[in-house]
Amino acid sequence: MKRLITAALAATMLTTPALAAEVKIGFVTTLSTGAAIIGNDMKAAAELAVEHMGGKMGDLDVNLIFADDGFKPETGKQATDKLVQQDNVDFVTGYIWSHILLASRKSVLDAGKFLISANAGPSQVAGPLCHKNFFSTSWQNDSTTMAVGEVLNQKGVKSIYIMAPNYAAGKDMVAGVERTFKGTILGKDMTKWGADAQLDFSAELAKAKASGAEALFVFYPGAAAGAFIKQYHQAGLKDVLPLYSAFTVDALSLPKLQAANFESVLGSVFTQEWDPSLDNPANKKFVADFKAKHGTYPSFYAAQSYDAMFLIKSAVEAVNGDLTNMDGMRDAMRAVKYDSVRGPYTYGVNHMPIENFYEREVVADADGVWTTRVVSTVYTNHVDPYATECNME
Amino acid sequence: MDYGLLFIQTLNGLQLGLLLFLVASGLTLVFGILDFVNLAHGSLYMLGAFICASLTYLTGNFLIAVVLALPATGALGYLLERFLVRSLYTRDHLDHVLATFGLILVLDTLTHLIWGPAGIAIPLPDWLDGQVEVLSGVVVPTFRLLIIAVGLATAAGLFWLVNYTRLGMLIRAGASNRTMVAALGIDIQTLFALVFALGAMLAGLAGMLVAPITEASIGMGNNIIITAFVVIIVGGIGSMKGAFVGALLIGLIDTLGRSFIDDLFKLFVESNTAETAGPAVSGMLIYILMAAILAVRPQGLFPPKVR
Repeated sequence: MKRLITAALAATMLTTPALAAEVKIGFVTTLSTGAAIIGNDMKAAAELAVEHMGGKMGDLDVNLIFADDGFKPETGKQATDKLVQQDNVDFVTGYIWSHILLASRKSVLDAGKFLISANAGPSQVAGPLCHKNFFSTSWQNDSTTMAVGEVLNQKGVKSIYIMAPNYAAGKDMVAGVERTFKGTILGKDMTKWGADAQLDFSAELAKAKASGAEALFVFYPGAAAGAFIKQYHQAGLKDVLPLYSAFTVDALSLPKLQAANFESVLGSVFTQEWDPSLDNPANKKFVADFKAKHGTYPSFYAAQSYDAMFLIKSAVEAVNGDLTNMDGMRDAMRAVKYDSVRGPYTYGVNHMPIENFYEREVVADADGVWTTRVVSTVYTNHVDPYATECNME
Repeated sequence: MDYGLLFIQTLNGLQLGLLLFLVASGLTLVFGILDFVNLAHGSLYMLGAFICASLTYLTGNFLIAVVLALPATGALGYLLERFLVRSLYTRDHLDHVLATFGLILVLDTLTHLIWGPAGIAIPLPDWLDGQVEVLSGVVVPTFRLLIIAVGLATAAGLFWLVNYTRLGMLIRAGASNRTMVAALGIDIQTLFALVFALGAMLAGLAGMLVAPITEASIGMGNNIIITAFVVIIVGGIGSMKGAFVGALLIGLIDTLGRSFIDDLFKLFVESNTAETAGPAVSGMLIYILMAAILAVRPQGLFPPKVR
């Protein structure tokens, strides 16, 4: 009898949180190590989004729980497990890193929750591992670098040298350029990545220069970006080996590069689905308020996190706060019923955005602060190459 | 074979080796002479970089910042020894590991609190920011040559200090028989504190030299400390000469491995396999070397004579 009462009590305690009128959102990102610079930016954007919503999605209070992945797949999975099992969240979002998303996705999807990637877009989740409860507010990894390849072709570049970190996203990024670039690839270096990533690129830069390539393509996100640009600058390669990059030059690395006056970054070419200068009301409000609150431009990581929160809001409101109505929420998200800061987009069969990609360059704004602007549109409504491999039930 | 490239990569290897030597020399002094396992040695390397970064922005000059940051890092090392490390000498190695691992976490978090998570880029003066043509067609960043010069000068200074000065003699004597030296009226505690501070300064110097290349960032020390341990194991624990030879060996093997191993593999297997296997194998090379040396010569290449 006693055991029965205990069990009954335990059961009541377990079910109580579900009665509270709130939507629980788990946000997994990197809040320690050097990569915390990205995580903090995403956190700031997600909090700004909640502020803009007045703390509510429909009638439900927003309960946003942040978790640190420590830049490691195993820690990321643990954090995800805790959010899903202990905190019993309704949505899990965030995820900077492809290898961490790949390690964590099953925990979320098997528990029947929605997983919204605010950055990572490994080819696997766009193709064979696509899932009806997975959505992305970013891109599939290859797409951004396919646009770089396209830009290289447009500029008549005949040969390139490639440098990228050796992990899931690094391989996708390189595959993207290789898919569209029509010239020859004279060499490729995949460097060590993770918490003890290689940050001294002297050997690789010397090889790149000796290869005689016309241009250098790199993918170095986060803290590695600053290190790479510095060494590129110190090696005096700006005129010998023009720089084409993806996810390397961003609002996080530019203030540091400007403080140290590394001018080699000016004039380098890169591509993205979003830019702080994009002209739409949602983006203007986001960029202005983010700058007012934090004093810096938001990064694309921030923009995608902000979008992820509003995508969730659109789903919650479409079902009038009935969080058990998974089908209703899924249909709402599929229809993209919110104003994205990148402008209108749609979802493909694999729930990856079908969106535009822009060529961007670094410029000084009216106050002399280095930022980016759009040069041209490389792709309009681009569908990622893995969509055909997705067979969603 | 491109000899210009080989030459540049050798210089790069030398530069990495000398940086490793700066870290490993302090580690080997503390490990070999004080018999203290200091996992937090890498944190001193990180703190050196951060202090130097702040001072660079304060004074506006990188070199002045280095000159000021060196005694600051030394003082920090002295304080650590005085208030934490000293009470651990009598404990066993496992306690050293636990305490200094905790110290890493504390120092990393402190750095996070003081300087933020972002890491700091250090601007160099113009004359250091350029490149030098050392041979026709072989262009090397000036700053990397400076690292090589500073590394060699420090190595020479350390050899002189340990082998030809009174302090060096005391250090060697203290290492072989601590009690006897104390009985002869030498203040062994102050001596050990000075050695620890010297080690901190050397690690700090390495951090200051690497920061303009990679930037000062949290956890930067944890990456190099493992390689530094490999260096002192290969070289022989407690031996300055071993640390020097070991560091250069590891620096050259790592850099040349990263540069040429995939080309080497391409001679035997098809290009795609070589590109995948190359980085994996070059990452393993230094550990393979360590394992081989441990198997053949467990005391390291140049074990100190006294032990």
